Amino acid sequence: MLRMRDLFAAVMLFAIYSLVSASLFAVLDAGDVALTEAAVGAGISTILMLVALSLAPRHEDRGRGRNLTALVVVLVTGATLVYATWDLPPFGAAENPIHQHVAPYYLEESYKDIGIPNVVASVLASYRSIDTLGEVYVIFTAGIGVMMLLGATRRRRRQPADEPIEGEETE
Amino acid sequence: MKTNGILRVVTRFLIPLIMLFALYIQFHGEYSPGGGFQAGVIFAAAWILFALVFGLDEALAVVPAGAQKVLASIGVMLYATIGVLGVVLGGQFLEFTPLIPGSPQGAQQAGIVLVELGVGITVAAVVMLIYTLFADRLRVVADLTREEID
Repeated sequence: MLRMRDLFAAVMLFAIYSLVSASLFAVLDAGDVALTEAAVGAGISTILMLVALSLAPRHEDRGRGRNLTALVVVLVTGATLVYATWDLPPFGAAENPIHQHVAPYYLEESYKDIGIPNVVASVLASYRSIDTLGEVYVIFTAGIGVMMLLGATRRRRRQPADEPIEGEETE
Repeated sequence: MKTNGILRVVTRFLIPLIMLFALYIQFHGEYSPGGGFQAGVIFAAAWILFALVFGLDEALAVVPAGAQKVLASIGVMLYATIGVLGVVLGGQFLEFTPLIPGSPQGAQQAGIVLVELGVGITVAAVVMLIYTLFADRLRVVADLTREEID
């Protein structure tokens, strides 16, 4: 099963993949990430994709022929990325930059600085607060984007549609 | 799904628990895994469950589309206001320490709680808004197809 043309099955596979990732994060003791992955990846994303799918045909369009340019682009990008991995520091080594930069400070001093036990919350909301503000802007922008794409339907309701769209009733 | 008795009863029982769990995730996020993002998503999930079982109109009577838009902006503005407040009180943008003079730890905790609240409000409102827009669009499309058949 190399290709999945049934979009409903693809959405379900995404949900299962997210749930397995969430379990993996839970096994790795990353509670915050596991909770986010389970709630956002497996939960809300699946619902929103299903709602979007109810406006679209269930099966993917069959493409015409083969796209050689795309294959070349993918291969070149992949080869570059594999080549770049040779410069990465060894996996899990203690002297890697990620363990030497600000992480030790956060782990050792965050309780003294802030007084709450969850270091992830301190990093996200206090030390790296501007990043989180940016994330909230991203969510807000996503909402505005969907609103601009789908929100103007009421005004055109009385006009006949240019082409018949297949819609399914959920209720 | 409106006529299925089991679904209605189970949903009525589950929704308060889901909302309570979302509030726990929101306000206990400083002590256990969680925070505004996850709490907002779970809170919106409770509302979406209500909309799925009882219909979009009933759900929009609880949280109207206009309120969703306003809430989404309020969350972002709450976050940004806390940041600007740090500047006004003599610190840097999003520096929490000047919020409560003399108690750096308390100021940090107050800042984190308020900022996470802003995140939670925005995320919950935006997820509800996206669901509302798609479900509404679905209804419009269904109406159009019905008109064409007639």
